[in-house]
Amino acid sequence: MIISVASGKGGTGKTTVSTNMAISLGDACTLLDCDVEEPNAHLFLHPHINRSETVTTFIPEVDQERCTFCRKCAEICRYRAIAVVGQKVLVFENLCHSCEGCLVVCPDGAIREGKRELGVVEWGEGSGVEMIQGRLRVGEAMSPPLIKKVRSYADLDRTVIIDAPPGTSCPVIAAMRGTDFVLLVTEPTPFGLHDLQLAVGAVRLLGIPCGLVINRSDMGDGQVWEYARQEKIPILMEIPFDRRIAEVYSKGLAIVEAMPEWRQKFTELFQQIQMEIVAEKLRRESL
Amino acid sequence: MRELVVVSGKGGTGKTSLTAAFASLASNNLLCDADVDAADLHLLLKPEVRRTVDFMGGGKAIINADLCSRCGLCRELCRFEAISEDFQVAEIGCEGCGVCVDLCPEKAIDFPVQKCGQWFVSDTRVGPMVHARLGIAEENSGKLVSCIRQEAKRLAEEKGLELIITDGPPGIGCPVIAAIGGATALALIVEPTVSGMHDMSRLADLATHFKVPCLFCVNKFDLNLEMTEKMEEEARRRKMTVVGRVPFDPLFTRAMIVEQTVIEYQQDSHIATAVREVWDAILSSQAMNSFGIRSFK
Repeated sequence: MIISVASGKGGTGKTTVSTNMAISLGDACTLLDCDVEEPNAHLFLHPHINRSETVTTFIPEVDQERCTFCRKCAEICRYRAIAVVGQKVLVFENLCHSCEGCLVVCPDGAIREGKRELGVVEWGEGSGVEMIQGRLRVGEAMSPPLIKKVRSYADLDRTVIIDAPPGTSCPVIAAMRGTDFVLLVTEPTPFGLHDLQLAVGAVRLLGIPCGLVINRSDMGDGQVWEYARQEKIPILMEIPFDRRIAEVYSKGLAIVEAMPEWRQKFTELFQQIQMEIVAEKLRRESL
Repeated sequence: MRELVVVSGKGGTGKTSLTAAFASLASNNLLCDADVDAADLHLLLKPEVRRTVDFMGGGKAIINADLCSRCGLCRELCRFEAISEDFQVAEIGCEGCGVCVDLCPEKAIDFPVQKCGQWFVSDTRVGPMVHARLGIAEENSGKLVSCIRQEAKRLAEEKGLELIITDGPPGIGCPVIAAIGGATALALIVEPTVSGMHDMSRLADLATHFKVPCLFCVNKFDLNLEMTEKMEEEARRRKMTVVGRVPFDPLFTRAMIVEQTVIEYQQDSHIATAVREVWDAILSSQAMNSFGIRSFK
């Protein structure tokens, strides 16, 4: 079972919810930090990293000796990552999407497989939780291939919790696609609601069941409850604003460890998600 | 003309609320919302849209079943596993590289250009604004960010405006890279947490990479004073200019609910005073004044 934790708006508490739920489940689950631009789960699990792998992607490397300047590579490249200028081929490696079109069309065997580093994948264990995280190389623009790589290492026989990046574009889609449930974390403010609506749009496009966690639930207005009711999205947890929680978070501690009364609530949150997944499956089978 | 881009690395640190507040303090300025993925500035500023332009991204492959001979070459060539066994292209999986389109022996694959979103030129009570809406689950966010920044510059020149204030996206990936290149300075709005610290370091590395100077401000600083001091020390070590601190206050949320900036909501609150001090420090910073070569009014 794969649960992705997403939000639309940043800073609503995705990492708080995913790490605390993971710690409550302990060694029964694997946490994947797919917010590869700014991975933060490790700050709360304090994992001991025991393995690391550099992830690269294809970029063309041109053998200027063999090249006959036929321009076929430049013609097929939709990203303008390769250009022929006089008797020279220029590669703009940051623009390359690794489609390998140039490699396929070059009639002279002048293009070889080169590499661009996307980032690293790291494996570790902390607070009794196994985790895998991606860390995008600073300066690298494309995060989805690294997110897919992190996901490819998950053992799907276990419960997998994915900490997704914010937003609603390709990185989030890469993190949510093909998961069994999306847990959306929001705050009851106009910004929170607006971005939640966008996130729900993305979740619906992917056809995944979802539920809601309302964080800082007493700071805002009532509109998010109204929206959840209209859209028939179950509210699975509410976390009121508590200065102690904010302080615990700011220091890099898990809420369930610093305030043990929360452990039960996060375990129940997971059980509710399990029930939602089963209910959704039954609903689909009866159709 | 100067462009200040407000960024944070981590999401939810108060970028948009502060951008809007800065805009209500600034004069002779233009706003640009470069968080095209989850744009929120319009919720506070209620723009009156003057011009709407469709944003066209790249093409997406569509296989014409009547022409397809099911040879399987496209599936073999596709590096994004976007073509299914029954030769359907998954719209979400297609990267738009067009390799299958060019190499299909039957010329059975169309490649229509996709509308990925829209961008707008609007008027608001705090000046003109260029903003956008990327379609849900779309790609090309970086391209859209570049597009609206360009339009913002063009418009500012045309109207003789001195300053562009840009609300940036979170993270350090494609849209952020598109938002910060060539900016006069970045305003880094952070929160005093371990996540805030971690994310600011990565963003600061990116800013160094693109050689853009940074101005540094801790928002909600009183939630962890010790961390605030540690982060300001780190900022100074990185040669950023610390432009002030803003305390935590539910007033930000209350102002948001009534669609006002914190300055408009209560202009003599202690929050408004703190924000005003930060803004004055930004305007008089060396980074915003070409390091003394030219002064900015």
